[in-house]
Amino acid sequence: MRDRTLVLLAAALAAMLAAGFLLPQWINTLTIAIAWGVVVVGMMLMMRTGLVSFGQGLYYCLGGYSAAVLHKFYDIGDILVMLLAGMLVAAAVAAVLGLLMAKYRDIFFAMLSLAFSMILFGLLVKSEQLGSTDGFGLSVRSVAGAALPQGHERFVVFAGAAVVAFVAALAMHRYLASHLGRLAGAIKDNELRVEYMGESVRKLIHVNYVISAALAGAGGALAAITIGHVDPEMSFWTQSGEFVFITILSGTGSVLAPFLGAIIFETVRSFAYEHSPNTWQMVLGFTMLLVIMFLPGGLWSIFQRRREAA
Amino acid sequence: MQEVLAILIDGITYASWLFIIAVGLTLVYGVMKILNVAHGSLYALGAYAATSLGGYWLAHGYPPVGTYGMLALAAIAVGLVAGPLIERGLLRRMYGNEEVVLVLITYAVFLILEDLSKLLWGVDPLSIPEPYSLLGNFEIGGLVYPNYNLLLLAVSLLVGAALALVLNGTRQGKILQAVIHDREMSAAVGINVSRVYLVTFTVGAMLAAMGGALTAPSIAVQPGISADTIVLAFAVVVIGGLGSLGGAALGAVLVGLVRAWAVHKWPEVELFSVYAVMALVLILRPKGLFAVPEARKI
Repeated sequence: MRDRTLVLLAAALAAMLAAGFLLPQWINTLTIAIAWGVVVVGMMLMMRTGLVSFGQGLYYCLGGYSAAVLHKFYDIGDILVMLLAGMLVAAAVAAVLGLLMAKYRDIFFAMLSLAFSMILFGLLVKSEQLGSTDGFGLSVRSVAGAALPQGHERFVVFAGAAVVAFVAALAMHRYLASHLGRLAGAIKDNELRVEYMGESVRKLIHVNYVISAALAGAGGALAAITIGHVDPEMSFWTQSGEFVFITILSGTGSVLAPFLGAIIFETVRSFAYEHSPNTWQMVLGFTMLLVIMFLPGGLWSIFQRRREAA
Repeated sequence: MQEVLAILIDGITYASWLFIIAVGLTLVYGVMKILNVAHGSLYALGAYAATSLGGYWLAHGYPPVGTYGMLALAAIAVGLVAGPLIERGLLRRMYGNEEVVLVLITYAVFLILEDLSKLLWGVDPLSIPEPYSLLGNFEIGGLVYPNYNLLLLAVSLLVGAALALVLNGTRQGKILQAVIHDREMSAAVGINVSRVYLVTFTVGAMLAAMGGALTAPSIAVQPGISADTIVLAFAVVVIGGLGSLGGAALGAVLVGLVRAWAVHKWPEVELFSVYAVMALVLILRPKGLFAVPEARKI
């Protein structure tokens, strides 16, 4: 069977750009959805490895705050620099914490990741310099040195996010098809066998952990740039819970799935916020139960099943 | 010296509160292997029910002493309604899933209950201060504390002692231990495991609601208390070792004292300190302080 993911990804990128062009009032929602999609691509990798992180907000928050700190203390307003900083900081922290995390599985992995994200939350809430619970704002002026065109800043941020997402998804697709990437599923199935084959499970998990953190950092930086504000809630456990939710909703079948899930999530949320703000989480909860019960492979499994039937 | 005393008293009060909430969580995990995120919502429901029932009682002009009865009634009512509903209606269909999937299912229940309480009670803060102020204060070493703290301590000691007695001293407790040890084998020798699960979950729900009902007089009951509380309860049970009664007690005392110390000595790290202890314990003892080592299964 030919791999159509590249074609699909390119089509998705074109469709996104067209949607952003035609629906300017939706552009912020779409940008956030793309940013979260990037985070969820990383969650998907962990999920394929058999690990659910209830603390991915840690890296999302680190990415966002890195971008915002650059603006606040160093007066840097370049999108590309902020994005790379967010990724690097998240990856660096994950490289250290990963030494520990790679030893944990199941609930204990979830709990330790939750503890680390809550540590950051607790630190930020009490840090006067970083605006404690209110956080602080940021703004951008240029991308890769070129000044943003006046009046089109939002579209540039959006298009930039879409390109970042495209690159991230493509890279993840290649990675999953590689030797290392395929071992992720093997670890989930039976990690002892992976050890018998001569691979170090701990090293593999560590690598995947750092990759997923870098993606979360990138997503956090993109979200911070889009919203123009960061606050400690980015690291609170309910934020991580929403990422877990989107991962379950999307399924791990394809690198396109996280973006589909994130766009549905953000669209439904913006409608729900307007029309019935007090039942939004209830809708989420029931959806999650239905997906777990009837679509354990996530939304993407609908497409897979159809293809198999054809 | 006075500060040490203050830290001790604050720490013990906080620990009592934590223990009442965490013990239900650890009980449910120990028996059913479910890390129940919805425990936080049951806590919130208990608090909301307490404000409603207490308010109803006072609005009818009955003597304020009766509000204590209303707190207890709130806990029992929430536990008896929500416990069986969640266990029979949902969880029973889900046993056999991976532990992480079960966490996600209870997380979904958490989200649903979160909005349910908003629909039933609105989003404005509610309060029921009477039981708190009614008991008066006590003085120790020049410091004044509300007697309500003593009530919390008494209740948590009572709960801990009762659970320990039931677990180790009665036939029902032996049955429970058998189920914890090996679910399939207990079912094979004729134990009604399904009923044990139902009762356990209901008791767990009741303990969560009791934690909420007892807290309601001292806080503003509003959306968000569930999310704040459940992570603290997680920290406590993970520190002690999931499923361990003594572990929950030790975890509660540890977290209580550390937080009280931080509040007095180094307020910037107040919230941070709790999770730092949790991370530290997990790093040194990956399964918590009181966890029993498990054989590696292929």
